[in-house]
Amino acid sequence: MTIAIDKTVLGPVDEIPFGEGRTYAVGTDMIAVFRLRDGSLRAVSAVCPHKGGPLADGQIDNKVVVCPLHLYSWDLSTGCSQSGQPPINVYPVRVDDGHIILGD
Amino acid sequence: MTQRLVVIGNGMAGARTVEEILARNGDFTITMFGDEPYGNYNRIMLSNLLAGVEDEAGIFLNDLGWYADNDITLNAGVKIEKIDRAKKEVIAADGTRTPYDKLIIATGSSSWTPPIKGINNPKRGFHQGVFAFRTLDDTRGMIRYARDHERAVVIGGGLLGLEAARGLQNHVSEVTLLHAMGHLMERQLDEKAGHMLQASVENKLGIKVVTNAMTTEILGKDRVEGVKLADGTVIPCDVVVIAAGIRPNTQMVADSGLPVERGIVVDDQMLVQGEQDIYSVGECAQHRGNLYGLVAPLWDQAKVLADHITGRDTAAAYTGSKLSTKLKVAGIDVASMGLIAPETDDDEVIIYNEPKKGVYKQLIIRDGVLAGAILVGDNSKAAGLIQAFDRAQALPEERAELLFDIGGPAGEVKPEDMADDAQVCNCNGVSKGAICGVVDAGCKTVSGVMDKTRAGKGCGTCKPLVQRIVEWAAGGEAEEDPAASWYVPGVPMPKPELMAAIRKYELKSVSSVFEKLVPGGEHDAKSKMGLASLLKMMWADQYVDERDARFINDRVHGNIQKDGTFSVVPQMKGGVTTPAELKRIAEVAEKYQVPMVKLTGGQRIDLLGIPKEQLPAIWADLDIPSGYAYGKSFRTVKTCVGSDFCRFGVGDSTALGIAIEERYQGLEGPGKMKLAVTGCPRNCAEAYVKDLGVVAIDGGRWEIYVGGAAGAHIRKGDLLTTVDTAEEVIRLTGRFLQYYRENANWLERTYAWVPRVGIEKIRAVVVDDAEGIAEALDAAVEEAVQAYKDPWKERAVPATPGQFRTSLPLTVLPQVPVRS
Repeated sequence: MTIAIDKTVLGPVDEIPFGEGRTYAVGTDMIAVFRLRDGSLRAVSAVCPHKGGPLADGQIDNKVVVCPLHLYSWDLSTGCSQSGQPPINVYPVRVDDGHIILGD
Repeated sequence: MTQRLVVIGNGMAGARTVEEILARNGDFTITMFGDEPYGNYNRIMLSNLLAGVEDEAGIFLNDLGWYADNDITLNAGVKIEKIDRAKKEVIAADGTRTPYDKLIIATGSSSWTPPIKGINNPKRGFHQGVFAFRTLDDTRGMIRYARDHERAVVIGGGLLGLEAARGLQNHVSEVTLLHAMGHLMERQLDEKAGHMLQASVENKLGIKVVTNAMTTEILGKDRVEGVKLADGTVIPCDVVVIAAGIRPNTQMVADSGLPVERGIVVDDQMLVQGEQDIYSVGECAQHRGNLYGLVAPLWDQAKVLADHITGRDTAAAYTGSKLSTKLKVAGIDVASMGLIAPETDDDEVIIYNEPKKGVYKQLIIRDGVLAGAILVGDNSKAAGLIQAFDRAQALPEERAELLFDIGGPAGEVKPEDMADDAQVCNCNGVSKGAICGVVDAGCKTVSGVMDKTRAGKGCGTCKPLVQRIVEWAAGGEAEEDPAASWYVPGVPMPKPELMAAIRKYELKSVSSVFEKLVPGGEHDAKSKMGLASLLKMMWADQYVDERDARFINDRVHGNIQKDGTFSVVPQMKGGVTTPAELKRIAEVAEKYQVPMVKLTGGQRIDLLGIPKEQLPAIWADLDIPSGYAYGKSFRTVKTCVGSDFCRFGVGDSTALGIAIEERYQGLEGPGKMKLAVTGCPRNCAEAYVKDLGVVAIDGGRWEIYVGGAAGAHIRKGDLLTTVDTAEEVIRLTGRFLQYYRENANWLERTYAWVPRVGIEKIRAVVVDDAEGIAEALDAAVEEAVQAYKDPWKERAVPATPGQFRTSLPLTVLPQVPVRS
């Protein structure tokens, strides 16, 4: 599900290579931000709900992230699991003037 | 616009077709007519109802609530007497007219009554005590009447008759089965099988069977008192059940001017011949001259009809079914498919006959494929035979394997014998019940079930069992997944086609493969790693390396651990090290407070629990190349001490192992490659169970074994060849590995690939150069060797921004315990 969060500038978008993800600490939350190959961003909780794997290390396409530990996958836009796991949080995120803007 | 759909017939075919239409979101107002005043029940289960193992509630497929929930108007107990094609209306017995835009005729069949004197009472249909066995009402009447009587006769020794006889034993003490033909189930069984079944029915069940029995008369004035046969024999009885066959219900349809031969004539879309809006499905339909009385063909017809009528797939076509049955006939396993007797001298006939156990098996093979099979008394191999028959699969050379489990693991578990909560996948903790649940929910492909449950996605050992359970749960109707042959799940091509297309379009990056070869250009996360490996193999140093295509292990050159840290395994060729190297490793372990230092099975040292951000510094301090303990790649060459020190060694295994590792280090492939060289057949380096293992034998020669494994799967390698020199070993190793790299499926280890391709074929290509590609294989592997770069040199400047930035959540995670 999508979680409302205060607007935060996370850093330059160039910090994230195309098709990869990086983890950011935002307050007490850990958020994985992915930069899709089409240039858009997705932000989800950084911790895999299954066994705590680092989702930012997972492989992605334009739809899903696959956790590197046990290969469970989640939809990056809805946070829904495709393999029967609990959902992950999804956060609003966008690029503005070369910066990653989290929140609305 | 919503169309009006009328369905005549509320039996299994009619209701199933409506279910299929609903599943395709067909836009119809649906009205159904059924002769019987009920919802929809499973006719096949009537014999269970008769036998008392199922109650009435248990045989209903859809109760009345289902019709209401789906806005279907059900007219139960209303008989349609005519179809007015001109006005597009159906007319019920009471004269009511119901208009339709589309009409489906699924009137099914009725029990056939042979012309026997005294069978009917002019006033009340059947004579008192005579029953058909077709409907729920028939069955109820039979049960009610039989309860107060003692002796029953069943007329008809086909499947239905046998089931009726078995069921009646539940209610009366004496059951006699009369069959007009020479042996039971003559349509499905040959004479021998029929007699075998008869012996079992008589001896195990205590049902008396009379064959060649023509019933000529039902005796008794007010009620049944016996039956009389053509030879004059009189069998006294109180109940007679007619199970002499079925006839399609087509009279009303023929009277309405539609084409009827033996059944209602339909085309491949299940449209009635010459009609645009009238379909027919099920037992009443005649397709390409055939009528089908089994459920499997009916399910296929229903799908095609639904695809066509909803416009979901107007090209869908039903092309006929190959008939097979697998069932318990009166408690005895029987399966039958295709031919029951050979037709030409060239038909290969294989028969196994064990009368004492009541087991009979017959196969008829034509042109190398299964043309027919009969099994009585043992259905353990039926599912596999039905699959081989349906798909005309190639059969094993050892024909006996078709009839028995030979040389397989002793006591292979049968799905039907397993408890629901029995754990199937020991890696991901998936039970048989969980797998069956997913199959019941409609997922009938092995790969689909594996995706949904993750069963078989760990070490993979349980995959064959998962497959057997899926096939069993799907009633032998597991569906083939087209994606099963694809190299990676997101690009619809098997490996040879994929490689040809990559070469043709010169696709050198993973994203270009998705964009060019996937309809719609959709990227797929789960395909990236396999494609990256394939492209690197094909293009070597021309490969365009997109880092996101790599799995995390290959991005940071370490093996990710459960807590998100990594393991670092320095190269230690042949498992040989030096005091200086050991000191360096020890100093690094101390400096970075490495939580665990562990010897690996591949004769190396593993530093575990390294945070990602420390990797470059550790590599720099170690200053040893990567041991590649993380990739789908060439891993290690394990060796023994060989002839240098060992008093038994007959070859310098250590030197050869080091040379092989030196040359092929880091080579990526479809799966990991673990090698060994051992100095004598005592096999201390475990070379017999490696992807490629080399064994020194006396006389200065070397044996090369391939396809061995000692992981989750254990297999002794096959002897590829024996050669005279270490140089020859190195050359053939490269050629074999390259052949494997080019031909194996993604993640297919050599222990699966070698038996799949066959060691003879591999030997022909690799050793004897039968296909003339040896030179090309040697050149390709040489190119890969030249493209090798130690990934741990990638440390001064990160390859991508934040390559080694932590992705670890800052919350406390389970840590690998530190041992002091």
